[in-house]
Amino acid sequence: MKTQTMNDTQLRYGNFQLSVLVILRMMIGWHFLYEGVIKALNPSWSAGGFLMDSKWIFADFFHSLATNPTTLDIVNTLNVWGLIAIGLGLITGLFSRAAAVGGMVLLAMYYLSHPPLIGLKYALPAEGSYLIVNKNLIEIFALAVLFAFPTSRIVGLDRLIFKAPVDEEDIVVEKEMQNV
Amino acid sequence: MATNKNKKSGRRDLLKGLAAVPVLGAFAFSTIKKVNYDEEQRENILKELDIEAARPAAGGSLAGDPIRLGIIGFGIRGKQLVKAAGFATKEWKESMKKSAMENSNDTRLKDFLEQENLNIQFTGVCDLFDVRAEEALDTVTTDKNTPKRYRTYQEMVESPNIDAVIIATPDHWHAPISIAAANAGKHVYVEKCMTHKIAETFDLYDAVKQSGIVFQVGHQHRQTQSFLTAMDIMKKQVLGHVSLIQANTNRNDDNGAWQYNIHEKASPQTIDWQQFLGNAPEIPFNAEHFFRWRKWWPYGTGLSGDLLTHDYDRINCILKMGIPNSVMASGGIYTHRDGREVPDVFQVVMEYPEYSTGGSQEKGKEKGMTFMYSATLGNQYGRNTALMGHDASMELIGDRLSIHADPRSTRYHDMIEAKRIDTDVPLYSYDPSVKGVDGVTSATAKYFANKGLLYTYRDGKRVDSTHLHIREWLSAIRNGTPVSCGIEEGFEEAISAHMATLSYKLGKRIEWDPTARRITNVEEEFLS
Repeated sequence: MKTQTMNDTQLRYGNFQLSVLVILRMMIGWHFLYEGVIKALNPSWSAGGFLMDSKWIFADFFHSLATNPTTLDIVNTLNVWGLIAIGLGLITGLFSRAAAVGGMVLLAMYYLSHPPLIGLKYALPAEGSYLIVNKNLIEIFALAVLFAFPTSRIVGLDRLIFKAPVDEEDIVVEKEMQNV
Repeated sequence: MATNKNKKSGRRDLLKGLAAVPVLGAFAFSTIKKVNYDEEQRENILKELDIEAARPAAGGSLAGDPIRLGIIGFGIRGKQLVKAAGFATKEWKESMKKSAMENSNDTRLKDFLEQENLNIQFTGVCDLFDVRAEEALDTVTTDKNTPKRYRTYQEMVESPNIDAVIIATPDHWHAPISIAAANAGKHVYVEKCMTHKIAETFDLYDAVKQSGIVFQVGHQHRQTQSFLTAMDIMKKQVLGHVSLIQANTNRNDDNGAWQYNIHEKASPQTIDWQQFLGNAPEIPFNAEHFFRWRKWWPYGTGLSGDLLTHDYDRINCILKMGIPNSVMASGGIYTHRDGREVPDVFQVVMEYPEYSTGGSQEKGKEKGMTFMYSATLGNQYGRNTALMGHDASMELIGDRLSIHADPRSTRYHDMIEAKRIDTDVPLYSYDPSVKGVDGVTSATAKYFANKGLLYTYRDGKRVDSTHLHIREWLSAIRNGTPVSCGIEEGFEEAISAHMATLSYKLGKRIEWDPTARRITNVEEEFLS
């Protein structure tokens, strides 16, 4: 099957499709933004404990980030401001596809440092029961969906920046197409 | 027409472009509300509790000529003390270098190298085993200092080249050496248990009082920062009336059960056996007794003197409750039936019927407290030290502490009713290492770290608590400042521990008369 990448402008969404995609984008954005803001407001927050709790084949890498004070500071700063920037990007629809990729990278780090695999036990308790798939992984793929079905040039600041010639009519998809 | 369409489309662009504005508004509104709510909850509680997370007092000056020290006993603890004072064995440095290369979390060598210079010289070493004496000489020799090996402690304490001694011998030698040093005017840092017998505890007390030397017992956890905060917590009566305290020891490895290594070069030729025996019963040379002396009563004080004392003194440093009115103990040898005499499972109950930490209920209702210690050397289940009060419970975990309000508290009743206090989450918690990451490897090391015995934090930096404890002693020698575990505290620690041992041995409750300062219900023969 041939994969085709499309611009927002080439995509045609129905109103319902557009609405749920935008809501999904804003909710993930909200989640990132709040995670970032709450850490930025807590002067004693550090990723140290989380990184030290890492298991699996990348554990040494994550431990080494935590034990060196310089890298730990960098990780903490990048994490907090990364979360905030990604959150704002998704909510406002500013460079949303870049934000989605950034979010996937961050989430992949969280996932790879703490994958819910058989035999791995963590000091920090999970709030649910997971095997291989956890909420981080699901959120990664939710962002992948947002990347594949971008909306920020229709609803979002990207619409103003890129001044895309989007006509209202363009996003009205024929009933037949919706039923495919 | 076209202009109209453009206008319309421009407005639509703006509306759709800025669709996030209300979302951001809602985000900002709820975030501010949440942060303010949390902050208000916190402020309310902190205002009610009024606890000051204590800053440790600045250490006094160490300037001047180096203090000339003698180390007596260069075994496991002796090496640790000398290292804390600034001199690590080559073997230790090499093993730490290797360990740090294998495990980047291991900062023990780095912590050691960053330790403050205490401006001391070890001018004398004394150990009855030739190998250790040589090792000690090798460790403390510097370009400016060639230490001397003394064959007996008497020669060392009489020497004009010694100002002060650090004593890390078996327990049965603590008092005789400390008394000799005090009589010779030499300052003393002695390991716990301060003494081995009840009678010599009184003798040492008198010797220190009469000589005026600076005397410190090696309960280094008194340097632990959270304990300073805990003292303030008790002063502010955050816990209300404390009726029960539980402290525990759970260790489950050979090292933790005192099965120390017997050196391959140990022999009657390399060990001064007669001097080792001292006041212990005469027996032929026995390498196991020499290296694993903690397992036999003539040299050691068992779980009482070795580990109960840590927990007792941690609490005594916070509550200053002193010697209990009575002590009962029981236990047995249930895991290590290897010829030892001292129990490996041991429970102690100390009663303080007159003691009070203050209370929130009507006057006269609350008084009296039990301190309960429970230990096994056959299991390492983690049990934290807990102080249980009518209003709240406090747990001590290493350099951290946390307090939970009691659901039936009188003091917090209204705040709990108003949902301003949730009894399931800590009312207060304190962790000076909040940004730090620790790598403690062995099981016994973890045990010690959890008791605040390995390290604490100063300005966010990890520091060996023993280093700080020795520093405090040296500063006291130079500047006349107080020590935190002097003869009064040592006396209380030793008598309380010996009462527990006596109770175990005699199978009866041992009673203390605080006015007469003596044990009242035991024959004289058991006291010496």
